[in-house]
Amino acid sequence: MAQELTAAGHDVLALERGSWRDTGTDFAPSFIQDELRYRYQGHLFEQTAQETLTFRNTPDQTALPMRRLGSFLPGTGVGGSILHWNGQAFRFLPYDFEIRGKTAARYGETVIPADMTLQDWGVTYDELEPHYTRWEELCGIAGQAGNVSGKKLPGGNPFEGPRSKPYPTPPMKQTYGPTLFGEAAGSLKLHPFPCPSGNMSQAYTNPLGVSMAPCTYCGFCEKFGCGNYSKASAQTTILPVLMQNKNFTLRTECEVTRINLDGSGTHATGVTYIDAQGNEFEQPAELVIVCAYILHNVHLLMTSGIGTRYDPATGQGTLGKNYCYQLTPSVDIFFDDKVLNPFVGAGALGMIVDDWNGDNFDHTGLGFIHGGYIAGYMTTGRPIETELVPEGTPKWGAKWKQAFVKNYLTSMSISLMGAVMPNKVNCLDLDPTYRDVYGRPLMRMTFDFKQNELKLQDFAMGKMAEIAKAMHPREIKKSPRGPHYDIVPYQSTHNTGGAIMGANRRESVVNRYLQHWDVPNLFVVGASAFPHNSGYNPTGTVSALALWAAEAIRSQYLKHPGPLVRS
Amino acid sequence: MAAASIALGANEAPAREIKGGADDPWLPHQADAPAPLEKPGYLFFTPEEAVFVEAATERLIPEDNLGPGAKECGVPLFIDHQLAGAYGRAGTWYMQGPWGKGQDTQGFQSRMTPSALYRAAIKAIDEHVMSSQGGKLFADLSSEAQEAILSDLEGGKLDLGGADAKTFFKMLWQNTKEGMFSDPIYGGNKDMAGWKMLGFPGARYNYLDWLDRHGEHYDQPPVGIRGRPGWNSTG
Repeated sequence: MAQELTAAGHDVLALERGSWRDTGTDFAPSFIQDELRYRYQGHLFEQTAQETLTFRNTPDQTALPMRRLGSFLPGTGVGGSILHWNGQAFRFLPYDFEIRGKTAARYGETVIPADMTLQDWGVTYDELEPHYTRWEELCGIAGQAGNVSGKKLPGGNPFEGPRSKPYPTPPMKQTYGPTLFGEAAGSLKLHPFPCPSGNMSQAYTNPLGVSMAPCTYCGFCEKFGCGNYSKASAQTTILPVLMQNKNFTLRTECEVTRINLDGSGTHATGVTYIDAQGNEFEQPAELVIVCAYILHNVHLLMTSGIGTRYDPATGQGTLGKNYCYQLTPSVDIFFDDKVLNPFVGAGALGMIVDDWNGDNFDHTGLGFIHGGYIAGYMTTGRPIETELVPEGTPKWGAKWKQAFVKNYLTSMSISLMGAVMPNKVNCLDLDPTYRDVYGRPLMRMTFDFKQNELKLQDFAMGKMAEIAKAMHPREIKKSPRGPHYDIVPYQSTHNTGGAIMGANRRESVVNRYLQHWDVPNLFVVGASAFPHNSGYNPTGTVSALALWAAEAIRSQYLKHPGPLVRS
Repeated sequence: MAAASIALGANEAPAREIKGGADDPWLPHQADAPAPLEKPGYLFFTPEEAVFVEAATERLIPEDNLGPGAKECGVPLFIDHQLAGAYGRAGTWYMQGPWGKGQDTQGFQSRMTPSALYRAAIKAIDEHVMSSQGGKLFADLSSEAQEAILSDLEGGKLDLGGADAKTFFKMLWQNTKEGMFSDPIYGGNKDMAGWKMLGFPGARYNYLDWLDRHGEHYDQPPVGIRGRPGWNSTG
């Protein structure tokens, strides 16, 4: 966003609550492969002492603070959470952006349950397509296209929306585990393709002139910064250029605590921020763009009193509505005779099938909509985190040790990246009890898996087990999620919604350009804009929406400041 | 200097302004290196607590024909130094009240920091054993009896007074795995025995030669952040 605007000649000041970070100083390969420090002590993550939220499954429970990170791991510092992503670089389906209309057209309105607050996004895949393409080019995404301008290509994803260009670099080379998955999926007449990857399959120089190096498959991607300049992030794709722009200024260790409005309540005058010493500043601005992690985007709007908070009891209000997440059950596979060397891995190393994602299959009579991709990834063999033991193994002690050692080199998981549909009671609001270090109420998350997710999981577990068995293992183990969402085990940092986009102000917080309906000089960018979460990792869509919004700001808003959509 | 960086956490630097094209954010000599355990020896545990932790972690990951157990791998020393540092103080966790027990799905809700939890739980467990098993300490019990106590902790069946048994067990088990399989610079995983047992090659960062070697056993020894015997990166 800052690069797009400074390149167009505008002065941009970025305020970042964390510190400056860079490859050579902060994630050098001489010390980054440290599972304890980065994965378990969260050296690159947000610290709950600084900011957290409260959580409950249902409105009748009392929410309690997330005192330690678990289920999701927001980042902090320059580069944000994408710094420690795996690199699984997907687009959403055309279906996603028009999900309500397309679902009703195919199955009738009655398949959408009354408590599922399903909405179209107000933007279409075709409109976002050039921005997905630009993002892939900035990041050097490695992959095999399946549909270029309507022409189907072998080896790619036949279900993907038409793309204007193939991926900028060829797919990663698959190791043994993903190869076995791909062969098994092919034998079942599915359509396996290599995961589109933000880990470089070869050296690449992006359109800004920034170069990345080939990935060396060290297996320290997600939860880590990349020491090899091989994983797309702000640090490896944009910052080297942005930091040369004289009209760009970055202030680190400065946390924005409030967006300030003028007396009319419809114009932002700037923001208030607090630096590391505790000094409070007011920073005037003509245009405010909120680009924090989704949870902080929503929290900042709430604590600034901008917009109408959503009330699940009445369905009135929009801020905090349609909080969604990701459904990630897995099936573990144990071989006797196949050495997989799981430590030879990369965050986006794997084969995917998209046959049961989106509306790629007939849902008639299934009792749920949407789906998810199924993956045979080999992302890592980090030994504290990678603990695959067969069904019936004790959780500790001599038999646990024997089972862990016996299976470590010869096991893998296949997993679902399951969609989560919005539900009337799953939402974000402000907690009545708990406060953050600035004295502001913590945000309160109310979330549980609902019938759509649980039925999708049952369905997908069956499909995953079929693929697993076709890989001819000694045994498999099903590891479902739920039935209740648990904030403790790590699942994914794929929180979405709460400041959602849409076609009208009655149903959404921001318009199709991520411009706030009530405050036209305020844009809210991030996965907070997603009206639901799809069966893919969200980073590609977050980025495409940011570029789409940046173009609208540049080419429309700054020429004629004001609402870009008349409500 | 390195010790200061890990103790303080990542977010406690002074505020800074970096002007595009004018300031250079790439500062020399600023590597965010880890803080290794330099001096063996317990800093936090009393001798009685150390005896408990050595016995309990050894039951969780015992020595057998596959390799050494937690005690020989330095897990108790690892845990001790963690508890003596920022982790033990819950330095990065949200610790404000009020404190409710809540549902399991809501996660850790103890008011106790890890160091306080270990201290209180070990005392309560040894007192329980002493009163129920004829004046013995946990460490004096047979392996089977120790396992039974650990199972009771895991299931929340032991009343530890102020400490929550399940929460303590989860923490002890997690810290035991961390000590067994983390980089040896933190005092556990002695001689990389945890990694050798599994076949994990450690802090290597280039496997390009192995992408096509499907099904072959990787044949290189593990390395840690500081290298390995015969190759020491600290020079």
